[in-house]
Amino acid sequence: MIGELNSNIPAGPLADKWTNHKFSMKLVAPHNRRKFDVIIVGTGLAGASAAATLGEQGYRVKVFTYHDSPRRAHSIAAQGGINAAKNYKADGDSVYRLFYDTIKGGDYRAREANVHRLAEVSVNIIDQMVAQGVPFAREYGGLLDNRSFGGAQVSRTFYARGQTGQQLLLGAYQQMMKQVGLGTVQLHTRTEMLDLVVKDGQACGVIVRDLVTGEVSRHSAHAVLLCTGGYGNVFFLSTNAKYSNATASWRAHRRGALFGNPCFTQIHPTCIPASDEFQSKLTLMSESLRNDGRIWVPLNPDDTRSPDQIPEAERDYFLERKYPAFGNLVPRDVASRNAKTVVDEGRGVGPLKNGVYLDFSEAIGRLGEKVIFERYGNLFEMYERITDEDPMKVPMRIYPAVHYTMGGLWVDYHLMSNIPGLFVLGEANFSDHGANRLGASALMQGLADGYFVISYTLANYLAGMLGQSPVPVDDPVFAEAEQEVDDRIKRLLSIGGTRSVDHYHRELGKIMWDYCGMARNKAGLEKALTEIPSLREEFWKDARVLGDGPMNQSLERAGRIADFFELAELMVRDALAREESCGGHFREESQTPEGEALRNDDEYAHVSAWEWTGEGNEPVMHKEPLVFENVELTQRSYK
Amino acid sequence: MHVKLHVWRQAGPGTEGRMETYDVPDISPEMSFLEMLDIVNERLVTEGKEPIAFEHDCREGICGSCGMMINGQAHGPQKGTATCQLHMRKFKDGDEIYVEPWRAKAFPVLKDLIVDRAPLDKIIEAGGFITAPTGSAPDANLIPVPKEAADAAMDAAACIGCGACVAACPNSAGQLFTAAKVQHLNLLPQGQAERYQRVQAMVDTMEEFFGSCTNHGECQEACPKEISIDFIAYLNRDYAKAMIKNRKLAGQR
Repeated sequence: MIGELNSNIPAGPLADKWTNHKFSMKLVAPHNRRKFDVIIVGTGLAGASAAATLGEQGYRVKVFTYHDSPRRAHSIAAQGGINAAKNYKADGDSVYRLFYDTIKGGDYRAREANVHRLAEVSVNIIDQMVAQGVPFAREYGGLLDNRSFGGAQVSRTFYARGQTGQQLLLGAYQQMMKQVGLGTVQLHTRTEMLDLVVKDGQACGVIVRDLVTGEVSRHSAHAVLLCTGGYGNVFFLSTNAKYSNATASWRAHRRGALFGNPCFTQIHPTCIPASDEFQSKLTLMSESLRNDGRIWVPLNPDDTRSPDQIPEAERDYFLERKYPAFGNLVPRDVASRNAKTVVDEGRGVGPLKNGVYLDFSEAIGRLGEKVIFERYGNLFEMYERITDEDPMKVPMRIYPAVHYTMGGLWVDYHLMSNIPGLFVLGEANFSDHGANRLGASALMQGLADGYFVISYTLANYLAGMLGQSPVPVDDPVFAEAEQEVDDRIKRLLSIGGTRSVDHYHRELGKIMWDYCGMARNKAGLEKALTEIPSLREEFWKDARVLGDGPMNQSLERAGRIADFFELAELMVRDALAREESCGGHFREESQTPEGEALRNDDEYAHVSAWEWTGEGNEPVMHKEPLVFENVELTQRSYK
Repeated sequence: MHVKLHVWRQAGPGTEGRMETYDVPDISPEMSFLEMLDIVNERLVTEGKEPIAFEHDCREGICGSCGMMINGQAHGPQKGTATCQLHMRKFKDGDEIYVEPWRAKAFPVLKDLIVDRAPLDKIIEAGGFITAPTGSAPDANLIPVPKEAADAAMDAAACIGCGACVAACPNSAGQLFTAAKVQHLNLLPQGQAERYQRVQAMVDTMEEFFGSCTNHGECQEACPKEISIDFIAYLNRDYAKAMIKNRKLAGQR
């Protein structure tokens, strides 16, 4: 049983906490670092940047990725940009303002101290990435350009065309590959983590499977860093890459790591609407498009005219109408819910009436096609490839889709889970975005954790272990964990049912989208809580996992989907327990007269951290109270 | 739509493969090519047959995981488009479609349509970076980068590392990939300090794995990001200069 959760937030004034704490934490001297083994799982922004940094500093690092190359991690797909409080535009930005916007954007459900640290190191990230050769957009004078993102009234987003995530990931990946060449980082590609190994309450290694040879092996270390991303694929249809999964996090959870705020899911407002039942994933169109695109639907639900035939007076620019101050750049949760509202009213557009227009004609008229193409050309081309329509001529059709998960494994200020030695970085942890993440902040957090936080806090942990060898891999804890992994693989291969694993994944996704998606209510969540376990049971009786060779994509998927079933149930429980609306978590029972999310700070200003209590048992919720010493909790307003 | 697929099936590395034919009725033109393969796999599973193994992940044309020869063309018929972004509307009802893995000695087949592209990472490891240890960077605006230089670097940096350039090349050369990676960094002021060591190390590593470039230009045609072969010319220029500059003459830069 777990006692009081200690977030280990340092004392002192907010702005000095991180600086003072960096001095008070213990160090590992350069000549001692090579005595420590560190395992990193995942090579996205958080994993690659952590591997590069820890390798440079002299630790012995082992990195695992299930991809064929570290560069394929899903960070690569982030389009719009990365925030930093550089104030290069002199438009009123500051570390405090980025901190404040992030806390407010997260609807007051994130830790002040973590978020302030994130805002502080944001400026270092830009310096670091420029030095590594990330080709950020420039002004003609050669200085860095910025643009605006939702939830902010300043221009603080740095970008590299519509491929910012790609360029940042390549930067971090290249730094890591240099270390691979130098031998400080050992890289294992096409290798999936299938369990965490814990001895006497401390994380001491992982069990992995080689996806080519099928070989299961044991790896031990002084510390394990999970940088394994989010779990949006629970919904089947999401903007996440198809391989993105929660298995590493979930296996750690089953070994005792608490899961924080699992129900906090971000539904991104600007994605291409589904076109048919075979849709395999949804494609995001960057939030940056909202800088120049105007969102509207026809006033009349029965209007079947093509958009250019609908006169201004018969259009409803619903975000500009309801939120004059922020207009089309309201935060993601607000934009998504409003799109849902107008579509539910029957005013959706497109053949399935499942979208809203994102219209560039005004901006094209004002700036010319050339400028618009320079800003968004690659996004327009991507849209055209998918829909066969050119956004220069016809407004885009967009609709919200699952995009990001703010929830994740619970960590303290040191990014360490409640299992000593298990650290969680990037989207995989729960820490910085509260109930809603602002655009261009995911890249910022991944790199902050990997470049500028973990090397300090990991040293503080390892310093106490000087002279200790890692637990040997022939220790019984490793043998037991490996046996469990083997048994589970055998069990999956021997179900011998009739339906594909994808079929079950789609069905699970439908339940989650209907009852635990953009709007949630008690009756629906309770229904999901009976439907998910029965579908899971059916999966374990009737799924068909074919293939007898070592390389087996159906087997890989089956394991991940089996874990999604368990995680989905926890998400629903969490959503049911949080009887308030906040950020992306909208409980229909709790809304303002205008239909905005209505928080209940007296009862729910806490992190819900869930403990696994064994298969078939109900999980136990622990609460970490959120203390706000610097910002005043108010009803969020973007009017 | 109704198409007929001929797909390369191979159980594992080093085993013998063969083309198998699949009749694929009831396909929507709105589907992506990979969604069509998903359907084929779904039907194979229902019939109790092992599904076709292929690589894919983001399905947005950016991760570079996917890639297959479609009717002999890397990534298929649509220019500037990765396999995952190709849609069935680019084919006609009744078409026969041949689907094979990347063809290149440096990319051995692991299973069905999946190949091993590890040599691309080896080239990066050899020099595809700017040495800038964490924490040591000066302020980002200290060095102005002319917009033209940043734009040209970005044109090269758009490479997704899918390997289509190698697969399309009659010589299985790795020049377009290597050129894109070298020039992304060599075009920037930050990349100047290591410019000539970088190009030599990366080209030398490339030559351990890949064939020689004879300027066919197939790579540029196949590239889903339409990266220009001009970068190969820049690569050759820098490599030639490097041969002189990298001689052990201190200070002769």
